[in-house]
Amino acid sequence: MSSHQDFTPKPVEKNIRNTYRWLEDRLPILSFLSDALVTYPAPRNLNYMWNFGSLAGIALVLQILTGIFLAMHYKGDVNLAFDSIQHIMRDVQWGWLIRNLHMVGASFFFIVVYIHMARGLYYGSYKSPREVLWGLGVIIFLLMMATAFMGYVLPWGQMSYWGATVITNLLSVIPFIGKYVVVWLWGGYSVGDPTLTRFYAFHFVLPFVIIGVVVLHLWALHLHRSNNPVGIDLKRAKDYIPFHPYYTIKDTFGLGVYLIPFTLMVFFLPEYLGHPDNYIPANPMVTPAHIVPEWYFLPFYAILRAIPIKEIGVAAMFGSILVLFFLPWLDSSPVRSARFRPLYKQIYWLFLINFVVLGWCGANPPEGMFVIIARVATVLYFSFFALLPVLARYEKTKPLPATI
Amino acid sequence: MATRTPKPHSPSVDEAPIGDVDAERRAFLVNTTTAFGVAGAACVALPFIQSMNPNRAVQALATLDVHLGDIAEGTNKTVLWQGKPVFIWHRSPAQVQQARAQDSKATMDPQPDADRTQKPDWLVVLGICTHLGCVPMRGGAEDGWRCPCHGSQYDMSGRVIQGPAGKNLEVPPYRFLDDQTIRIG
Ligand code: HEM
Ligand code: FES
Repeated sequence: MSSHQDFTPKPVEKNIRNTYRWLEDRLPILSFLSDALVTYPAPRNLNYMWNFGSLAGIALVLQILTGIFLAMHYKGDVNLAFDSIQHIMRDVQWGWLIRNLHMVGASFFFIVVYIHMARGLYYGSYKSPREVLWGLGVIIFLLMMATAFMGYVLPWGQMSYWGATVITNLLSVIPFIGKYVVVWLWGGYSVGDPTLTRFYAFHFVLPFVIIGVVVLHLWALHLHRSNNPVGIDLKRAKDYIPFHPYYTIKDTFGLGVYLIPFTLMVFFLPEYLGHPDNYIPANPMVTPAHIVPEWYFLPFYAILRAIPIKEIGVAAMFGSILVLFFLPWLDSSPVRSARFRPLYKQIYWLFLINFVVLGWCGANPPEGMFVIIARVATVLYFSFFALLPVLARYEKTKPLPATI
Repeated sequence: MATRTPKPHSPSVDEAPIGDVDAERRAFLVNTTTAFGVAGAACVALPFIQSMNPNRAVQALATLDVHLGDIAEGTNKTVLWQGKPVFIWHRSPAQVQQARAQDSKATMDPQPDADRTQKPDWLVVLGICTHLGCVPMRGGAEDGWRCPCHGSQYDMSGRVIQGPAGKNLEVPPYRFLDDQTIRIG
């Protein structure tokens, strides 16, 4: 080896570079990816709360991959569906692993997205100029809920069947046409074979729709770049660092940490978050004594049950999610991060605790004390949003730093 | 190899000059074309939407004959009609009296028991909670039914006495073919 270094490109390098330019000239996809994942300028002060966006993306990819392999063995027919799950668990080589990954993966996807949303709520990431970014996030959340709900119907156990019945019946409150909409959705006069088959089709395709919305979500993100824990606009170039290698390595590390509880659940507690009644085949004649949806729907389910009048209960449940769309306009405080908003910080934590309390009520039967707690918690849930405009008026915020 | 920089689109330069085009006429054509396009798209969507409604095989299961002979007085039978459970309750005279005594208490969706039956001793109702469709089970404050899902309760005539449901258990269309058989649907 000589000490003399030759920096002129070798012919091979030249060819690669030319091929790159040739492609760039025709479809600038490589520079697009590089702008998004390599050179994207990210604030240098992001904390670990900013890991959950890319984790959500990875969780989505994992659901799609495991889902495709499950689809190679699953049968979307009321006479075959339940047994085809057992077939996957017992006969298909590694089928148990793929199914456990998909099942636990769905729960973890929700954990990640809930944290991701809580992060946005704390640091005011939904505020101008990120309202559309936030709104796209809420759309993703709605699509995720629809996908997860229909996926849970596919094993065709008791919880599948009765969950599907209760949730589809929510639409019967639509004035005048509700009854017909429900029959149309079922393709029959009750949840049945046509329902299962179409839910399978929807469950397959919706995640790809989610990918599309995630692309829009990232497009909006990259336009104004990430918010940051301090919540101020960053004006200096030195406030930013390139995504690669700083955040690629941080996200990879985060992924490693995430995979520890995830794999533990997959291998040792795959059924922990599920419900044993779903291993009883669907029976349209008997509803199980205590039906509950999957844990990630429990807070909203509690709101539905808290109100003793059907129409209002359903409206409140949908309203509790749709109100998120209006958050950027409800909270008119110019300060983003809760670090500088002493009052908001307090009601933020109360809101999160209250959300968990709602979930706890949703997991319990609608009797006695739980009904009362659920009612109080429902009122508190909406009070949070009602308080925001008032708070923005009267809260004395702490002085914001000029830079990070 | 040079990379071309795309020129920004500039409406004033890139579009053909309007010149002697009759703007009003053009707008009219654009609007009518759009209207017909939308109408056409709606027409094409219709078969797809309709394809999701109950198919002929599902519709064909519209009626069900039930033999009543094997339902002893005081007992219940649940049959499946169009995928929905139907409760058939052979009430004893005492139970009929009790149900009629509850007429005054059923204030949420008032309907006398006599209007809910064709023969007083046979109560035929859909076993579907009018809240969100679970199958109620025997019990509740008035010895009728209670729903395991969100706690609605019904009396001995299937009338709602406690929410979140707001309507009585539905009476399906049925008729007596003879003393021992009914046809539901
Ligand atoms: C499939 C689900 C989702 C994926 C894959 C996803 C992906 C991402 C990624 C990669 C980022 C950038 C990294 C980060 O800031 O953590 C991001 C940012 C963001 N997401 Fe999501 N997201 C999802 C769902 C949601 C939901 C449900 C919401 C809220 C309702 C939301 C709201 C936001 C906001 C406000 C930002 C900007 C955060 C900031 O820069 O402070 N996202 N998302
Ligand atoms: S379905 Fe019966 S109370 Fe909700």
